[in-house]
Amino acid sequence: MSSEAKTIFEKIWDGHVVKRVAGYPDAVFIDRHFIHEVTSPQAFDGLRKRGIKVFNTSRTTATADHNVPTKDQHLPIKEALSRHQVETLRTNCKEFGIDLYDLGHPYQGIVHIIGPELGLTLPGMTIVCGDSHTSTHGAFGSVAFGIGTSEVEQVLATQCILQSKPKTMKIEINGKLGKGVVSKDIILYIISKISASGATGFFVEYAGDSIRALSMEARMTICNMSIEMGARGGLIAPDDTTFNYIKGRKFAPQGKAFDDAVERWKKLVTDKDAKYDVELNFDASDIAPMITYGTNPGMGMKVTDRIPTVAELKEISEANSFKKSLEYMGLIEGTGLLGKPVDYVFIGSCTNARIEDLRLVAQIVKGKKKAPNVEVWVIPGSKQVEAQAIEEGLDKVFHEAGFELRSPGCSACLGMNEDKVPPGKYCISTSNRNFEGRQGPKSRTFLASPLSAAAAAITGKVTDVREFI
Amino acid sequence: MTMSKDKFTTLKTSAVPIASENIDTDQIIPARFLKATTREGFGDNLFRDWRYDGNNEPIKDFVLNDPTYTGKVLVGGKNFGCGSSREHAAWAIYDYGFRVVVSSFFADIFKNNALNNGLLPVVVSDAFLKKLFDAIGKDPKTQVDVDLPEQTISFNNEKEKFEINIYKKECLINGYDDIDYLLSLTKEIGEYDVAHS
Repeated sequence: MSSEAKTIFEKIWDGHVVKRVAGYPDAVFIDRHFIHEVTSPQAFDGLRKRGIKVFNTSRTTATADHNVPTKDQHLPIKEALSRHQVETLRTNCKEFGIDLYDLGHPYQGIVHIIGPELGLTLPGMTIVCGDSHTSTHGAFGSVAFGIGTSEVEQVLATQCILQSKPKTMKIEINGKLGKGVVSKDIILYIISKISASGATGFFVEYAGDSIRALSMEARMTICNMSIEMGARGGLIAPDDTTFNYIKGRKFAPQGKAFDDAVERWKKLVTDKDAKYDVELNFDASDIAPMITYGTNPGMGMKVTDRIPTVAELKEISEANSFKKSLEYMGLIEGTGLLGKPVDYVFIGSCTNARIEDLRLVAQIVKGKKKAPNVEVWVIPGSKQVEAQAIEEGLDKVFHEAGFELRSPGCSACLGMNEDKVPPGKYCISTSNRNFEGRQGPKSRTFLASPLSAAAAAITGKVTDVREFI
Repeated sequence: MTMSKDKFTTLKTSAVPIASENIDTDQIIPARFLKATTREGFGDNLFRDWRYDGNNEPIKDFVLNDPTYTGKVLVGGKNFGCGSSREHAAWAIYDYGFRVVVSSFFADIFKNNALNNGLLPVVVSDAFLKKLFDAIGKDPKTQVDVDLPEQTISFNNEKEKFEINIYKKECLINGYDDIDYLLSLTKEIGEYDVAHS
């Protein structure tokens, strides 16, 4: 192995270290910083207390997403605390000179959806945001990860973050995906294999021909859920799919600057002799439409499988947490989920609310009606996704099916805004977390792909989407 | 300007056990309580949905509602703090009165958030963690002794060394925060910024 051989992750990380002191975390320069209303107010307060400005305002972009209603966005937010938080973001952005895509703006949306679609997310960048799903941006071949509010303050104040360099993991998937299997199934499958903490301490690179064949939207879904196996982040080497997606986007380099950038981006590959700390391989043909049955994203299975029994657990120490989880979900060990009635279907979130996701759903539901026992919410990831969906007539498909198409925001992914699943109710959700109470107190979440969610919306129960294809 | 934070050197106290694995930050502080724009007061809603029922009545058998268990050390199962990056989770634990969290494994972002707020995450072996849970189960007044300069945690006759980044250790002992250090680098950072824009 040549001493110079590096992984893409190492090339980007090492290229951004402003100061490295033995034993200390690295001071890493941050190219792009996204902020939203929930994790930024205390950071701005910190700047005020210290009497300092934002280091470089052009490198931070803001939007309101977590705490916004998805109905009547033109009206003042009803709930006082939510309204105050969104107004605080507005005040802070104005005072410190930061671009804000506020409610009503044609670029507003979920922070991890708008960054890529505006061309703010580019290969080779370091990107952070006070949100764990910042890993989404890794799909472009960037080092992107979620941070806490103290770190948001660090970035605002110095455009740097102090961070220990994570270890590297390569996850390679080869082969052709089966019928009805999409990128959400790939990532749910991987997490079910390595557990919700299987990649903690690592930065993941996804590789293999199955990954190469995916669109940018599908790659973002995979990188988005890297955090659900504990990874610091996950990235995919950029290629023509990446460059074609970026070309012509609002803030991306244009003309000759774009061509020059592509030449630089093409060098973002892992060197032949580079070593990863861990390498894992999976076969795409083993992946089926997936669903989770428990209260962490690692508790997933093929939709046709049955829930494991306590006796089948790999580690006996997990037995109590496993039992507690099934009790919360109202499910029984050793049973299947096919045919289990659901009450809500949520299609949205930074995981699956891009235009391609809405197209997948429309493809299944076109000309059909939702089952009478379910309420179906479709929440586009951004104003631009919403506009595109309307232009393509997807709104009509959803309307005719009895789905509710609402305005952009994080919505029922996190039980923070008005959109919540009631106690005890089951929701099949295209989001990223099935934690206890995640979608509202005592709510019960089945994570699945947009295709599987669409199928469940039609039948009113957990369904193998392959029956519809 | 240096922001002074609470300093941490040693602590000897009883401990509060939550033996579940994968305690995610949505359990520590549910999203609907993240609407405040200050850092204070989150302790009231620490473990809100494990602590109170739908009518806001305390759930008797949850450990924080059981007066038998007190102390400034919180002991949790493997993969503590997974999920959302919300620093509010660390604020809530600190605001409630804890100064140390012990587990056999922490999620990365939570660990950073804790360290940035004077809350010490102590990683112990699975075996040590089990013995600690057992000891507290037998005697809720079991004293846990945490020594940051020595990097040791002990109770009864059990003792283990724990790892911590030397920089983070200095910060905790002296009450420094990261921004103080980064602000000392603004010249280099500015040069980097110009060279890479």
